[in-house]
Amino acid sequence: MAAVGVAGLLLFGVAMVMRRLLAPVSANPVRLTTYESGVDPVGSHWAQTQVRYLGFAFLYVIFAVDAVYLFPWATVLRDADLGAASLAEMGIFIAVLLVGLVHAARRGLLRWLP
Amino acid sequence: MSTLAALAATTDNPVADFGDTPWWLSLVKALLVFVFLLINTLLVIWFERRVIGRMQQRPGPNRAGPFGLLQTLADGVKLALKEDIVPKAADKIMFWAAPAIAGAMAFVSFAIIPMGGTVWMFGHKTPLQLTDTPIATLLVLAVAGVGVYGIVLAGWSSGSTYPLLGGLRSSAQVISYEIAMGLALVAVFLYAGSMSTSQIVFAQNDLWYIVPAFFSFVVYVITMVGETNRLPFDLAEGEGELTGGFHTEYSSLKFAMFFLGEYVNMFTVSALATTLFLGGPAAPPGIAAIGDGMLNGGWWGLLWFVVKLWLFMFFFVWLRGSLPRVRYDQFMRLGWKVLIPTTLVWVVMVAFIRAAELGFLGDSKVSLLGRDFPRATLFIIACIALAVLVAAWFYDNHQVKRRAELEEARAMDEEIDPFAGGHPVPPLPGQRLVEPPLALSAARPAPVTDSGSEENRG
Repeated sequence: MAAVGVAGLLLFGVAMVMRRLLAPVSANPVRLTTYESGVDPVGSHWAQTQVRYLGFAFLYVIFAVDAVYLFPWATVLRDADLGAASLAEMGIFIAVLLVGLVHAARRGLLRWLP
Repeated sequence: MSTLAALAATTDNPVADFGDTPWWLSLVKALLVFVFLLINTLLVIWFERRVIGRMQQRPGPNRAGPFGLLQTLADGVKLALKEDIVPKAADKIMFWAAPAIAGAMAFVSFAIIPMGGTVWMFGHKTPLQLTDTPIATLLVLAVAGVGVYGIVLAGWSSGSTYPLLGGLRSSAQVISYEIAMGLALVAVFLYAGSMSTSQIVFAQNDLWYIVPAFFSFVVYVITMVGETNRLPFDLAEGEGELTGGFHTEYSSLKFAMFFLGEYVNMFTVSALATTLFLGGPAAPPGIAAIGDGMLNGGWWGLLWFVVKLWLFMFFFVWLRGSLPRVRYDQFMRLGWKVLIPTTLVWVVMVAFIRAAELGFLGDSKVSLLGRDFPRATLFIIACIALAVLVAAWFYDNHQVKRRAELEEARAMDEEIDPFAGGHPVPPLPGQRLVEPPLALSAARPAPVTDSGSEENRG
């Protein structure tokens, strides 16, 4: 696993060295400006964006944690001691989450345009 | 079914035995996986361009080498010979790190994919799989999560508006679809009772999970297209909206790294789909029966694995050739309002079906068409059918009401002739177009009474 990762980084490194040896470098400073479809860039970089991404980020945390609980449960469901009880508990857990999602949707959090 | 349950109940540890695999053999296998992915990437880019060419009735690249096979190689060399530009406004370190992360992370997941049966390699008996752990499938999700950093950081560090928007879009897109993807996989874990890839493949001996977990398969296929930023979900680099999206400021080999990462990611998600739903390296049902399974396992597994992998590749290309890009709000709505709730319900459903199979819900059986079904399973399926019917009924009512409202709103609109001013104009809010007559009926000699409107049109 680690070997494949290291191999990937190695590939990147070798490619970068090769590129440095082969590729041309132009001295013109204009090429270093930000690309805005051919016109001079307006304003500074890193513009502000809408906060609407934030709602999805919060929901993601909730459902990611939900998935984290589901994964180990999926492998112990077959256990006769845990199975039936965990089944009911998971049903309630997921039902609560679904109610939460429906609430978020009704409050308009999932609507992209306000 | 009881044998299947017993199989799954044995252990959640990997079936693959790495006892006879020395460390140097692991390195050799890592190198082979790496080369396999690189060659496949070179081939799939050529394949994509040729197939899309056929779909659009043009030849596609056919000059470099036989059938244009070397075109990708030529393009790669060309990219290496291009000047590498780091914009003045960019955050230098992250600008370098992003393509490295995107490129390197794409390869890691392939380590846990079983690509064939157990084979003899340099005098050792070893499975055609680099490694496996009891939580191997989680590793793929984790690595996919790290891989997103490549795109997000590329967008942020470029110091430019288009890449920033592309990176933001991509992060929202990937986290939204990762949830649906993870939930779709839970159903597979429930059936297999394990997260180890070799164990999951082993548990599919009787029946590939595409049958019992069909809904998971559909959701997974949708989310894997969303995760890899491919059309129709390639909003992170939508050319019409964001010029190049997150890689607008990248050039030369750094740009090539993003492309390499994208294509290797396609192979990774396809390989995971093959492993979890299509029996991995197992031979297709008809062929597996030939000669007591002589075409199943060993090196033959690699053939079946590659065939299944490339079927997914063709599917990706086919999608790109036939579907336009979706709008961003529609894309998010599909993820959050359709995929996630339905997949949650599906997981609960599968859990109850599994519990019925394992006998938690009573042991009584019903004989139907000569096969025994547990009563609990039938009861649950009946409940689900009822729920689906009720939902469909509500949805239908809702649609009828909405259509009626729309009709009403249309009826109140003022009719305008789009050609009244001499050239066609679109309707304003509250206005409705009068459809111009079809060319055929317009060409007919008009009755005398109709000449007024003809004059109007100029």
